[in-house]
Amino acid sequence: MKKILKKNLQNLFAAISKETDLFLPVLNSAKNAEFKKWTEGTEYSEELNTVRSAKDFFFPQTENICDFKTSGKNIEIIENSELPENFAVFGVRACDLKSFEVLDNVFLSEPVDSFYKTRRENAVIFTMACNRPKETCFCHTFNINAADPKGDVECFEDETYVYLNPLTQKGKDLLNKVTSALEDETEEPVKKIKAEIEERLKNLPLYNLSAESFGSDKTEEFFNRKEWDELSEACLGCGTCTFVCPTCQCYDIKDFNTGHGVKRFRCWDSCMYSDFTKMSAGQPRTHQKERFRQRFMHKLVYYPTNNNGMFSCVGCGRCLKKCPISMNIVKVIKKLGGTANG
Amino acid sequence: MANINDPLIPVIGVVTDIRIDTPDVKTFRVVTPDGKKAFEHKPGQCAMLSMPGVGEAMFSITSSPTNKEFMEFSIKKCGCVTQWLHQIEVGQQITIRGPYGHPFPVDTAFKGKDLLFIAGGIGLAPLRSVINYVRFYRENYGKVDIVYGSRSKDDLVDYKEIIDEWCNDEGINVHLTIDREQEGWDGHVGFVPNYVKELGFDTNKVAIICGPPIMIKFTLAGLTELGFDKTQVYTTMELRMKCGIGKCGRCNIGSKYVCKDGPVFRCDELDELPDEY
Ligand SMILES: Cc1cc2nc3c(=O)[nH]c(=O)nc-3n(C[C@H](O)[C@H](O)[C@H](O)COP(=O)(O)OP(=O)(O)OC[C@H]3O[C@@H](n4cnc5c(N)ncnc54)[C@H](O)[C@@H]3O)c2cc1C
Ligand code: SF4
Ligand code: SF4
Ligand code: FES
Repeated sequence: MKKILKKNLQNLFAAISKETDLFLPVLNSAKNAEFKKWTEGTEYSEELNTVRSAKDFFFPQTENICDFKTSGKNIEIIENSELPENFAVFGVRACDLKSFEVLDNVFLSEPVDSFYKTRRENAVIFTMACNRPKETCFCHTFNINAADPKGDVECFEDETYVYLNPLTQKGKDLLNKVTSALEDETEEPVKKIKAEIEERLKNLPLYNLSAESFGSDKTEEFFNRKEWDELSEACLGCGTCTFVCPTCQCYDIKDFNTGHGVKRFRCWDSCMYSDFTKMSAGQPRTHQKERFRQRFMHKLVYYPTNNNGMFSCVGCGRCLKKCPISMNIVKVIKKLGGTANG
Repeated sequence: MANINDPLIPVIGVVTDIRIDTPDVKTFRVVTPDGKKAFEHKPGQCAMLSMPGVGEAMFSITSSPTNKEFMEFSIKKCGCVTQWLHQIEVGQQITIRGPYGHPFPVDTAFKGKDLLFIAGGIGLAPLRSVINYVRFYRENYGKVDIVYGSRSKDDLVDYKEIIDEWCNDEGINVHLTIDREQEGWDGHVGFVPNYVKELGFDTNKVAIICGPPIMIKFTLAGLTELGFDKTQVYTTMELRMKCGIGKCGRCNIGSKYVCKDGPVFRCDELDELPDEY
């Protein structure tokens, strides 16, 4: 275990930045946290949680696939990926870290998405335990422990220090390069921090929320439930919930004529949009109800069916904060999940 | 970052032949610039074709894998990509990636069986690959019946090949039908599902259906009436697709992705999926 005085954090960031680009949560002018690249003087924000999730690092909003040049009847394919060299991210929360595992199951399964894979391989993740989990947090529902955030280097903080515990070879290698900024420490202070966090988690309003009644092979049980009508009634189909969600993975592929050629890129898309599945032959999801149902069935039933019971929600609470009509997955779980959830 | 080799990055294909099948269907022959097949495939699999700047679209590979020289695609004009393809000339380059999807079980469940192919309109495209595969390995299969229908005589895809080749093969019976009476047509008139019932097949065979959703629905009902079990009937599904590899999240029915787990399904497998297609 290593530690550094909080007031000296800038030294650590400077040392890491010498080795590799470093990104960390920073307060923007609207007082919202977002991941920014560190440059001298950039202040780390302890705010929970970044408005946009950390999936952006691996599955950015747009990703170049390739460029094309055409002349006459001929086409030339030109590589044009803008993949980063090595980089480090500091301050990733336990929920977002788990979301990488959810996305890995999609993008790293055959055939492997090489853009995602390269980004994943090139990143060193410093997590941060959550000292002040919010009332919108329910990571515990999905067996995520905000006091034990994992990652390449697991970090903890108290009033005075940040503690760093490298867990993987990548994490150890990077910390070894910046040891001069760090002091040694025993496990004791972190044990205390963990115990305090676990106590706080137990007092969160959503601590006892259970998704147990959902999971693999429950399609028949939930698909035709009449509650979907009421739940989806006010949904605007704006897609906000899908864009802020760290585990939403739907994308579109588009071509853009640059004037000199064509850029093909993929960009986030949303199953909440009416044209998502539209075809000349028909539209399998005619109403917002069906699109709404798709999003939640995917997270709570379809994804678990294909991934050994793992849910595709990490309880980060972003959709609770951002939905303009205050609909969210917690309401869905409570409504459909049975009496256990009151 | 050099040498990214991603499944979404296509290769170049050259269109070496364009056959006009019907007023709105053309069949395109595609090879790589050095004259080879872009990749090997199995009957029922698909490929993404595109013109940069116009878009990408999914098509069944209608040629049989036993064709070692080129791939063919029968394409119906309906939107941006298909309209663009319909106005190109031989020699035009396009892009291609694939093969995608789960093929027909030609070497397992179909082997040694009598086969009944039922197609409507452009729905013949995926079945043609299977039919020509079966014709190539004729000794591995029993009797073959092909029921194929279209709006009119002019809308029958692959008409010349059907008449000149399939109809002349021993052990293959072709039953053509068109929706309405037409001058110069002395064959059967009527919709495919009714014709199948009229023909009244014995149930000791595997049936393979492809066509518009409504045709599939009624034909399946007809086959059930004739005593077919859903485990004997295969079909292929069509949903909007972008990636073709089970990642973009577009083509799922419940927990199944049509691009990856389909497009070929046995009809009893479809019963297990939620009714959203
Ligand atoms: C597995 C599979 C196999 C297919 N095989 C063939 C084939 O062998 N021959 C053939 O002619 N067509 C086939 N199709 C249909 C073909 O993909 C669509 O006709 C094509 O995508 C339309 O593209 P477009 O750019 O011309 O149309 P667009 O300009 O994209 O759209 C025109 C209209 O078609 C709709 N559309 C978009 N994608 C699809 C789609 N996948 N299916 C139906 N409508 C769509 C649009 O919403 C719009 O209403 C297949 C589709 C799938 C999924
Ligand atoms: S569904 Fe909501 S709470 Fe769950 S991971 Fe997505 S944004 Fe977070
Ligand atoms: S659930 Fe809320 S955030 Fe999501 S699409 Fe509907 S209105 Fe928008
Ligand atoms: S087309 Fe992308 S998941 Fe099937």
